[in-house]
Amino acid sequence: MWLWLLRRLGQIVPTLLILSVLIFALQQLMPGDPALIMAGEERGDPQVLAEIRAELRLDRPLWEQYGAWLWRLLHGDLGFSWRIRQPVASLILEKLPVTLQLGTMAFAIAIAIGVPAGIVSAAFRDRPADWLANGVALAGISTPNFWLGIMMILLFSVELGWLPPSGYVPLTEDPWQSLATTIMPAFVLGTGIAGVFMRHTRAAMIGALGQDYVRTARAKGLPERAVVGRHALRNALIPVVTLATIELGRLLAGAVLTEQIFSIPGFGKLIVDAVFNRDYPVVQGVVVVTALIFVALSLIGDLLYMAVNPRLRAA
Amino acid sequence: MSARILAPLAVVAALSAGAAPSTAAAQTPPNLRIGLREDPDILDPTLARSFVGRIVFASLCDKLFDVNERLEIVPQLATGWRQDDPRTITVTLRDGVTFHDGTRLDAEAVRYTMARHGTMQGSFRRGEIADLEAVEVVDPLTVRLRLRQPSSPFLSQLTDRAGMIVSPRAAEAAGRDFGARPVCAGPFRFVERVAQDRIVLERHAGYWDAANIHFNRVTFQPITDSTARLANLQSGTLDIAEVTSPSDVPSIRRDRRLSLSSVDSLGYWGIIFNVGTAPRNGSPLGQDRRVREAFEASIDREALIGVVYEGLYTPTAQPIPPASPMHVRDRAVPGRDVVRARALLREAGVRTPVTVDLMVANSPEQRQAAEVIQSMAAEAGFEVRIAATEFASALQTGARGDFQAYLQGWSGRPDPDGNTWSFLHSRGPSNDGKYGSPEVDALLDEARTEADPARRTALYGRTFDIALGRDRARIYLWHPKVLIAHTTRLQGFALMPDGLIRLQGLRPR
Repeated sequence: MWLWLLRRLGQIVPTLLILSVLIFALQQLMPGDPALIMAGEERGDPQVLAEIRAELRLDRPLWEQYGAWLWRLLHGDLGFSWRIRQPVASLILEKLPVTLQLGTMAFAIAIAIGVPAGIVSAAFRDRPADWLANGVALAGISTPNFWLGIMMILLFSVELGWLPPSGYVPLTEDPWQSLATTIMPAFVLGTGIAGVFMRHTRAAMIGALGQDYVRTARAKGLPERAVVGRHALRNALIPVVTLATIELGRLLAGAVLTEQIFSIPGFGKLIVDAVFNRDYPVVQGVVVVTALIFVALSLIGDLLYMAVNPRLRAA
Repeated sequence: MSARILAPLAVVAALSAGAAPSTAAAQTPPNLRIGLREDPDILDPTLARSFVGRIVFASLCDKLFDVNERLEIVPQLATGWRQDDPRTITVTLRDGVTFHDGTRLDAEAVRYTMARHGTMQGSFRRGEIADLEAVEVVDPLTVRLRLRQPSSPFLSQLTDRAGMIVSPRAAEAAGRDFGARPVCAGPFRFVERVAQDRIVLERHAGYWDAANIHFNRVTFQPITDSTARLANLQSGTLDIAEVTSPSDVPSIRRDRRLSLSSVDSLGYWGIIFNVGTAPRNGSPLGQDRRVREAFEASIDREALIGVVYEGLYTPTAQPIPPASPMHVRDRAVPGRDVVRARALLREAGVRTPVTVDLMVANSPEQRQAAEVIQSMAAEAGFEVRIAATEFASALQTGARGDFQAYLQGWSGRPDPDGNTWSFLHSRGPSNDGKYGSPEVDALLDEARTEADPARRTALYGRTFDIALGRDRARIYLWHPKVLIAHTTRLQGFALMPDGLIRLQGLRPR
């Protein structure tokens, strides 16, 4: 077990290294000269462009740019944003809690809707409750985030005036207001994933309910609630836990769009603005941190997997 | 779908009971909230580049001069100026002006700021004040500006960021980090900035025009999605918002709580033809002026504006905006003439359909405009292929000359030189089509040094006759409007053609 953990941790280093080379290479393939973007409407002036290139070291060979960045990264320095000249690390530290809060809330909403709906739908297979749950799940998966977001803003903010249409208040500043600013984006983000959870829980539950031990449990005369809840569900949850860690990663991707619509100053908005402005240090910093989160999540997923399924601990 | 919305209704209702309902904030707003189209770049007048940044600067940093609605230069931190000779301007400064840090604004501060613009690494003002040779301090309230050569556009540069005077003490102390805590002499002083979330300013007690400032705080909030920005205004979480999408205008006009201000901007939109960079200039479009004339004749500007821009924008055939006293009034906007367009193509002896690759930045409105042009030009014998390109990539492709035709806009400058020289002069840095004509070069150079507005207007008229009428280097299509929406709880909002949001005189109703 410990050896396994050590090996998993050892794999993280080459993964991140390959990733960092990839980010650098992809940026070079990306059309659009950062100096031209930085120069704005002064872009016609060759002197301005040359100065920007020199200042940002864009005139150096690629390997040198990469080496310098990696060296600073190893010393915990992610560099400065080209556009607003703030340290990338402080930008990330400022934005990450926002997206984490949004992600956690969305995840909670997704689980709270998706898992019970999946159980109900499996337990009442091919009956109206199943059809209803399936219909809702399909709507959740297929409704685009931006559309649902705009509709919710129009209903709850413009028409009813109940919730602020955008912006963000930190949890530490005013918990209630913080909840009010994040509930709509979290809901939009969460419902998209709830459908996925529902479908997988349903499939796993149907599989588990057909197993011999379930028949045995029923034959023993256990009440249906205990059969479903204690015997089938625990086993059905194993693939769902794996799925959850993958979906957590997808949440970050979904946050990109949702944060744009609701003007939530989080991770997603940070990277979108950085890409469009060719603010490479920010792009690199965000991707590295996101990759770290991903790797950590999959590790946690594996550990959880072991917790749910004791057989894996021996292996 | 409805289940997704209705299910959390109870939760939302419960939450909103505690969340201060924003729409109820009908009382005097001590804090003015302004929605911007994007997050500004660095807030240092020497290093700043973006248009939205200028909106923030309008509250933060006063300038030596300002423009009025007729684009005339009026004093702001200066009280007046005198042209001693074609190369010398004497500027008198307003007495009793203090920076946000309490230090006095004097001639030395002006000299310091100009030197900073001229020497700081990465300065974006250096090119704007390239004609400035020296700044002499005559007395604490008088500076003499010596120019390298006579320059008509020079003074107008001082109505923008080049004219914003910074506190020398604060600038020295902060160095390159000045943009993180700018200290100027505007009506509001910097409080805090959270990237992509807000910029907060508060009233500068020592402001020289304090009687005209009626708010204690201003918060600028970048909201990139135009629908979301409008929703914020409608729900009362914003007081003023930039309107970037004309399709939002009908719903603003229907809303009795909102009011819309609009004015012709200083900028323009048009099509650049690649006439000078091989190999993309090799097509009939790049080689034959009659083909380009036919292309222009196929376009109905009014109809295009009607379809894409709600009929709001102003059709044009020149880069100088109607608000400018040097707008060439007798230059008519040509109507659509498909018969003539076909005749021109026959005369040119080209095989139809003539293919035209039209590059546009990938935004819904620009794509739509390109599609309208595509269908209009098709009737005259053109096959327009639209290359919708992401903005940063389009900039690079344009600068490289790797296009046939390029639909592009320019935000505009108060002085006509800023809308012409750089684009039509053979040495012009923004002349992406690489058009070159010695006659046009001579006319544009002469207009730069000519002081008399009437004579300058005539010079620009002749420039356009050659570059546009004879050579068909570009097509100018429309002047956009600056659209600013605000709640009817505000009064006294005045919009100038530069599109900035000035808070002087604005007050709660």
